Amino acid sequence: MEAAFAATLGVLCACGIYLLLCARVLPVILGITLFSYAINLFLLGMGRLSIGKPPVIAAGAQYADPVPQALVLTAIVIGFAMTAFTVVLSLRALAIDGSDHVDGGKPLARNRSKPHERPPRIEKEMRGE
Amino acid sequence: MNHALILPILIPLFAAGAIVALPLRAKRLQRAINVIATLALLPVAVALAEHAAQGEIASYALGAWPAPFGIVLQLDRLGALMLVLTALLACCCLLGTTSADARLGRYYRALVQFELMGLNGAFLAGDLFNLFVFFELLLIASYALLLHGGGRRRVRNGLHYLLLNLVGSSFFLIALGVLYGLTGTLNMVDMGERLAHLEPASLPLAQFAGATLMLVFGLKAAVFPLSFWLPQAYRSAIGPVAALFAIMTKVGIYAMLRCDALVFGGSGGVLDAFMHDWAWWLAIATIIYGALGALAVSSLKTTTGFLVLVSVGLLIAAATLQTVLAWSALLYYLISTTLCTGALFLLADTLESESTGAAPAALEAREPASLESLDDATAPAITPEADSEPAAVAPQPANAQKTLARWPSNTAGALYLAAAVGAAGLPPLSGFLGKAMVLAAMPLSQATVLWPAVLISGLLSIVALSRTGTRLLWAAPASRPSGAAATAPHGSRTKLAACALLLAGVVAATILAGLLKGYLDATAAQLLDREAYVHAVLPAPAAQAAAAQAEGS
Repeated sequence: MEAAFAATLGVLCACGIYLLLCARVLPVILGITLFSYAINLFLLGMGRLSIGKPPVIAAGAQYADPVPQALVLTAIVIGFAMTAFTVVLSLRALAIDGSDHVDGGKPLARNRSKPHERPPRIEKEMRGE
Repeated sequence: MNHALILPILIPLFAAGAIVALPLRAKRLQRAINVIATLALLPVAVALAEHAAQGEIASYALGAWPAPFGIVLQLDRLGALMLVLTALLACCCLLGTTSADARLGRYYRALVQFELMGLNGAFLAGDLFNLFVFFELLLIASYALLLHGGGRRRVRNGLHYLLLNLVGSSFFLIALGVLYGLTGTLNMVDMGERLAHLEPASLPLAQFAGATLMLVFGLKAAVFPLSFWLPQAYRSAIGPVAALFAIMTKVGIYAMLRCDALVFGGSGGVLDAFMHDWAWWLAIATIIYGALGALAVSSLKTTTGFLVLVSVGLLIAAATLQTVLAWSALLYYLISTTLCTGALFLLADTLESESTGAAPAALEAREPASLESLDDATAPAITPEADSEPAAVAPQPANAQKTLARWPSNTAGALYLAAAVGAAGLPPLSGFLGKAMVLAAMPLSQATVLWPAVLISGLLSIVALSRTGTRLLWAAPASRPSGAAATAPHGSRTKLAACALLLAGVVAATILAGLLKGYLDATAAQLLDREAYVHAVLPAPAAQAAAAQAEGS
C-alpha cells in the first residue's frame, strides 16, 4: 500500500507542478488543484497509513490518528473556497484582457489574428453582473 | 481564565458578520459598526499588552480542551506588541478611508474587519495549524481588498498575488504535515519539546520542514527571490489598503521569529544552518534588490513598495542572528518601518490619486517600460508634452488662484518629509535609531557584509525618496496648467490627518525609545526562553505523561 500511495502522490505532484508552470490561467488552476489533492493525501499519510482501524476511539482498540483527518477537512474547505475565487478572478481577467495568459500580455490562441478582440460571450456575461 | 484573550479575534469577526448581514441600504449602521469595532481593538490590545508586560505568558484553551490536544491561544509580549501595532495601524487606516474609497466596492468594511481578524488571530495562535488557518483568513481578505476598486491592473496583479500565495499555502501544509508526522503534535511549544528529543535519523526531515516553513514565511514577508509580487501588488491597492498591508509583510517576520524560537529553538540548531547560510544571504539580496528597485521607479506607491523590501531585508538579517540584542533591535525597527510605510502609502493616495492630478499620472507614464507594461489602462489621455507647456493655457485671474487652496499643501509636504526621513532611516526619527540598533547588534563577521549593504541602500532610498518628493511636490504642480488641478483631491484632509497620526506614533517611538526598548529587550528575552512557554502553555506533568503514553501505544 505504501508504494501505491507514494506513487499516487508523486504522479499528482508532478502533474500539478507541470501544470503550474504553464503560463495559462486554466492549466495553472488545474495544477493548483492537483497539487492540493496531493498535499491532502500527504497530510493523511502523515498520520501513518493503516488498514481496518476504527476512525475514532473505540473501547480498547487501536484507532487511526484523527488529527490529520481534521486537518485535511479544513484544508479541503479552504482549498475549495480559494479555487472558486481563483476561477472567478481569472474569468474577470479574461473578460478585461481577452487573454488567459497569466501576465495578460498575449492574446488567446484562437484570437491571435485579431489581438484586441475579446471573447464576446464572456464579456457579455461580465457586463451582465 | 482570562477571556479577554479572544476578544481581538471575536470583535472583528462579529463586526464583519454584522456588516455582511445588514442590508446594503443601512450604510450608516455599517459605518458605525466598522468604526466602533476598529476603535474597540485599541483599548483591548493595550489592556492585553499591559497584562503581557508583566512577563506572564497567558494561554487560553478554546473549549477548555487542554494543550497539547486542544486549540490554544497564547499571549506573550511579542503577540501583544503586534496586536497594539495592528490596532494602531487599523485606526489610522480607518481615519484615512474616505467614504468614496469604501464605495468603490460593496463589502469593503467587512473585508477590513476580516483582515483584522486574521491578523489578530495569527498573532495569538498557539499552534501551527491555527497559524495556517489565520494566515489563510487574512490572505482571503487581502485578495479581495487588493482588488478593491477593480480595473485591469488590480485584477492582473491580484491574480499574481493570489496564485503565488496559493502555492505558498500548499508548501505551508507540506511543512506542517512533515512536522506533524515527526512529532505527533501541532502545538508549537509541545512540538519544540519533541523536536528537542528527536532521534538523529529524523533530523534531516525536521531541517527540511523548518526550511520550507521559513521559505513560506519568506514569501509572505517578500524575501528576495519571492518578492517580485510585492511592489506591483501594493501599488495597485488603494491607499488605506496598502497602508494596512504594511503590517502584512511583518506577519511573515513575526511567524519566522515565533517558529524559530518556539518550535526550533530547543532542538539544538535544526534551523541554524538554514538561517546562517541561506536566510542571511537572501536578506542581503533583498536589501540590495529593494534599494535598486526604489531607484528604478518613480511612482510613490511603487517606491514605497521597494522600501518595504529594504526594511524586510534588514529585519530578516537581524532575525537570523537569534540573539536577544538583535531581536529587540529588530522589533524596534519593525514598529518604526510599519508606521512610516503606512504613512507613505496614505500620502501616496492624496499626492498621486487616480481621480485627480493628470500631471503626476502623465509623469508616471514615463516610467521604465518593463515595470509599467501593465499600466497602459491607467495611462492618461494627456501627453507629457501637453503638460510641459503651461504657457499655452490662458492665464487665470490672480484672485481665482487665491480662492483655491494650494495643492500639494505645505502640510502634505511636511508630512512627506517626515515620513521619508523615517522610512529612509535618517536621524532624528526612529527609523535611524532602529537601523543603528540593528547594525550595533551585528557581530563583526556579519557586520562587514551588512553595514555596507544597509548604508548604501539607505543612500539609494534617500535619492529615490527625494526624487519622488521633488516630482510630486514641486515639479508636478509647476508643470500643471495654472489653476487646472490645483485643488486637493476629495478627502485628502482626513488622509493627511491619518498620516499625521501615524507619524505621531513614529515621533512617540523616537522620544520614548528608552521605555520602548526596555519592553522590547524583555520581549526578545522572553521569546528565547522556551522554558517559560512550556510552563505556561503545557498545563502539568500529567498532560505530558498522557502524551507520552499516547505516543507509546
